Amino acid sequence: MTLSPIGINYVYVVCAALFVLGLKMLSSPATARRGNMVSALGMLIAIVATLLAQGLDYRWILIGMLIGGLIGTAGAYFVKMTAMPEMVALFNGSGGLASLLLSWSEYHHNPTMAPFTTLATALSVFIGGMAFTGSMVAFGKLAGKISQQAVIFKGQHLINGAILLAAISAAGLFYLKPDSLFGYMSFVVIALVALGFGVTSIIPVGGADIPVVISLLNSYTGLAACAAGFVISNNILIVAGALVGASGIILTRLMCKAMNRSLINVLFSGFGTTTISAGNTSGAQGEIKPASAEDVYYILEAAGSVAFVPGYGMAVAQAQHVVKELGDLLEANGTEVVYAIHPVAGRMPGHMNVLLAEANVPYDQLVEMDDINPRMETIDACVVIGANDVVNPAAVNETNSPIYGMPIIETYRAKTVIVLKRSMHAGFAGIDNALFYGENTRMYFGDAKSSLQALVAEFKSGN
Amino acid sequence: MTAVYSIFIFVLTIFLGFELISKVPSTLHTPLMSGTNAIHGITLIGALAATQTSYHGFNILLSTLAVIFATINVVGGYAVTDRMLSMFKKKDKGGPV
Repeated sequence: MTLSPIGINYVYVVCAALFVLGLKMLSSPATARRGNMVSALGMLIAIVATLLAQGLDYRWILIGMLIGGLIGTAGAYFVKMTAMPEMVALFNGSGGLASLLLSWSEYHHNPTMAPFTTLATALSVFIGGMAFTGSMVAFGKLAGKISQQAVIFKGQHLINGAILLAAISAAGLFYLKPDSLFGYMSFVVIALVALGFGVTSIIPVGGADIPVVISLLNSYTGLAACAAGFVISNNILIVAGALVGASGIILTRLMCKAMNRSLINVLFSGFGTTTISAGNTSGAQGEIKPASAEDVYYILEAAGSVAFVPGYGMAVAQAQHVVKELGDLLEANGTEVVYAIHPVAGRMPGHMNVLLAEANVPYDQLVEMDDINPRMETIDACVVIGANDVVNPAAVNETNSPIYGMPIIETYRAKTVIVLKRSMHAGFAGIDNALFYGENTRMYFGDAKSSLQALVAEFKSGN
Repeated sequence: MTAVYSIFIFVLTIFLGFELISKVPSTLHTPLMSGTNAIHGITLIGALAATQTSYHGFNILLSTLAVIFATINVVGGYAVTDRMLSMFKKKDKGGPV
């Protein structure tokens, strides 16, 4: 059975509707999973319809889908929940690369293109290539394979500007004569410049801002797919790509807002490099008060309400299950337990929610920053697990701090704060944290997981 | 002429995308990101259509590679999102937030 091009396009209309419906459902916790299924169904229908076209080379399609399917499935099921952001970055990069390759293949097959198609080809190759290498850099930063600090080099903006100029001129030459050898060379230049630009534009972003960048790169890949849709005049690519492009931009904006930063600032400021010295001179004074497992046990045992504030340290230590165990013990002890989650805690927005959900914490126990802050004074004990910048009071009361103005979980206003931390290293942003020196703060040093296990043991022997 | 229609669709869809995502609780930012991530694997449709019997040599190589990478994006993206969302508990039947 084969479908005519018109028939396929009718099917695509259904798919586009399923994508929109799926996205809508993804934005509420109750329907999110079904929403993802609906969108996957849309994708499946689109694939089947496309395969019913005439003149396809099924051997290569089968080989390609088999290899890609195996890699994708393996990646999705073997990745640890803590490494989720890395995985999303990788999948995103492969989407960008696919758009670049698709446009290249189309151009290679038919170099005499209409002016509009030429433009779309250049765009799709540029955005796709940039999204690919950008995602790889983001992956490298998240996985700790390259420096998580913002890498700033001299004349960075100048170089980026020059690269963009090179891309635009190459695109101009390509546009004039796509069907000549010269045009083909310009095309290759666009691709290479795009790959380079992905690296130089993402490498200056500090590790703490990588979540925002992933969301932005996600949006780029959507737009690359959209541009590829213009190249092959395929409406479903245009619709799906534009949906992702637009929603990615909105999501990026939401995240920037949560950090009280502008996107421009995230992309160009090289946060956390120039400011370390400033933080050291003014921020932290006072004495560190270390606590043992027993001390912490007595504090928690007596507390009427406890708020856990997790950060990336919890993810690194894989401590989410022990946190939940301790939470259950506290609840059995008659303590009110909540998990206060900063919107940008971890390496990806909502990262902590995912981890705690993995440990079976029901999502009505997860409270957002704006709900916990007004009643912070009534919380007897805040347990900060591997979080740093998102609880740094400098954001509230130190005007010269680089994170000043960023909304934080104001743990310092709780009656007691217990900070679980491996050592006194500065956080992701490289800023000292006055919270650790606070009057009501106890530092509980050690690996988060074993520290919590010690607490659980104390509780079990105590009861 | 078709270009005009495509641009029509494009512009309207951009606005639709803005409207769809304007209010999402931060709990769902990660799944939403990876869910939309899967959707841009739609390039696969284009890659499939560009793997034709009339393509040869370097051309078929490019198309097949595009199919591979787009499939990774689609399959991996949906699977990982589903794995994440399957962990969200519905204790209070959680109506739309």
